[in-house]
Amino acid sequence: MTESVWPLLHLLPLALLGAVLGLDTVSFPQAMLSRPLVAATLGGALAGSPGGGLLVGAALELIALETLPFGASRYPEWGSASAVGGALFASSPEPRAGALSLAVIAAVTTAWAGGWSMVKLRQLNARLAARSRGALDVGSRGAVIGLQLKCMTADLVRGLLVTVAAAALFAPLTSASLAHWSLDARTSRATAVAIAAAVAGAAAWKLFHGSSPARWAFLTGLVAGLTVMAAA
Amino acid sequence: MSRTRLPALTQLNMLLRLLAIQGSWNYETLLGNGIGFCIEPALRLLPGGIHTPQFKEALARESRYFNAHPYLASVAVGALARAELDGETAAKIERFRTALAGPLGSVGDRLIWAGWLPFCSLAGLVVFGVGGGPLAVLATFLGLYNAGHFAIRIWGLRTGWNRGLDVAKALANPVLRRGPQVIAPMAALAAGIGVPLALLHIIGPGRALFGIVLISATLGAVLIVRLQSRVEGWRLALGVYAAVVLFSVLR
Repeated sequence: MTESVWPLLHLLPLALLGAVLGLDTVSFPQAMLSRPLVAATLGGALAGSPGGGLLVGAALELIALETLPFGASRYPEWGSASAVGGALFASSPEPRAGALSLAVIAAVTTAWAGGWSMVKLRQLNARLAARSRGALDVGSRGAVIGLQLKCMTADLVRGLLVTVAAAALFAPLTSASLAHWSLDARTSRATAVAIAAAVAGAAAWKLFHGSSPARWAFLTGLVAGLTVMAAA
Repeated sequence: MSRTRLPALTQLNMLLRLLAIQGSWNYETLLGNGIGFCIEPALRLLPGGIHTPQFKEALARESRYFNAHPYLASVAVGALARAELDGETAAKIERFRTALAGPLGSVGDRLIWAGWLPFCSLAGLVVFGVGGGPLAVLATFLGLYNAGHFAIRIWGLRTGWNRGLDVAKALANPVLRRGPQVIAPMAALAAGIGVPLALLHIIGPGRALFGIVLISATLGAVLIVRLQSRVEGWRLALGVYAAVVLFSVLR
C-alpha cells in the first residue's frame, strides 16, 4: 500500500472499518472502538502492521484526552480518522522517518472534518425527524423505528465517506511528503510525540487540577513512571 | 395494571436497543426518538398490544424531546417503561420525564466522560508504555471500559424498572455520587505513570531525546493551559504539526 493512490482492494476494507468506527462514536454501540488507541491499531492491522497502528494510536490518544464527547458539544470524530492514520503509518516504508508526524496530521485533520460532518448529520437527522413529525406525534411504531434506522444508516455512510475522502487525499500527500522528508527518524518521532504530550499534559491539568488527591496521585504516578523507566 | 417483572426477552431487546439510543440524535429532540425506540418493546406489553390508542399515546409521549447521558438514559428508559405499564397519568409521566433529564446528564458526564473514559484510556497507555502488544493494550482498554459501560446500562435499566417513578433515590447510589471523586485520583495516577512511559516507548530506544521531549511537552502544556479560553490544544497541535511537516519537506 505504498503507492501514491491505494488500490480499491485495500481502500474498501479500510472504508468499511472507518464506517463502523464512525458509527461507534455516537450512534451504535459507543463501546469506544472509535478511540484512537483501538481504531488506529485496527487500521494498522488492515495495512499489515497492528503494532505500527498502535504507535500512531497512542500518540493520537494523548491528543484525544483533551476532546471528550460531552453532550451536544462539537468534538473531533476520532474513529474513522484514527483508522486512516493507523493505515497510513503502517503502510509507510521503513524507517518511517516523518511517517508518524504525517499520520498524526492526517488523522487530526480528518477528525476535525469528521466532527464537522457529525454536525451536518445531526442537522440532517433533525430534518428527517421533522419530516416524520406527523407520524411520530400519533405514536406510529414504524415512524419511530424507521427514523432510528435511517439516521444510523446515514451515520454509517458518513463514516464511510469521511474515510474514503481522507485516504484518497492523504495517501498520495503522505507518499509525496515522505519522499522529501529531511528530519531523521528519531527527531521526527520525538517532535511528534512532544506535541501530543503537551496536549495530554494540558488535558490532565484540566481534568485533575481541581482535586487535591488527584494532584498528589499524578505526582506519585509520575515518580513511579520515571522510576520504572530508570530501572528498565 | 401493575407488573413486577419484565420478560427476559423484552429486557434483552431493550438492552440491545439502548446501545443505539443516540442513533437519531439531533438538535431538535436530542435523545427523544431514541427513548421511544428503546421503550417500544416494553410498550408492546400494554393491554391490547401495539394497535391500541394507549400504545400509540405512550409511544408518542416517550419519543418527544429528552436529554440525558446516553448510558444513564437506561435509568430513564426503565423507569418510564414501568410508569407507562403501571398506567400512570400522562401529566405525571411528563413531569417525571422533565425532572429526570438534568440529573442523568450531569451525573453521567462527570462519572463517564470526565472519569471512567480518561482512566481506561490512560490504563491502556500504561500497558502500551510498559511494552504491551496491540492485543494486550486493546484488551485492557476495551475490557476495562466496557465492563463499566455495560454494567451501568444493565444496572440503569433494572433500577429504573424496579423503582419506577421513585427512581430519583437510586441516583444517590454511592457509585454515582462518589464515583467521580474516586476515579479522578486513579486516572491521575495512571496519567503520571502512563504518559512518560508511552512517550519513551514511541520515541524508541535510548534516552538522549527523552529529557528534551519532557521539557518541551511541559512547556507546551503550560502554553495550552494559558490559551485554553482562546484555542483548543488539538487545534494548536495541528498548526504545529503542519509547521514541522513544512519545515522538514521544504528545507
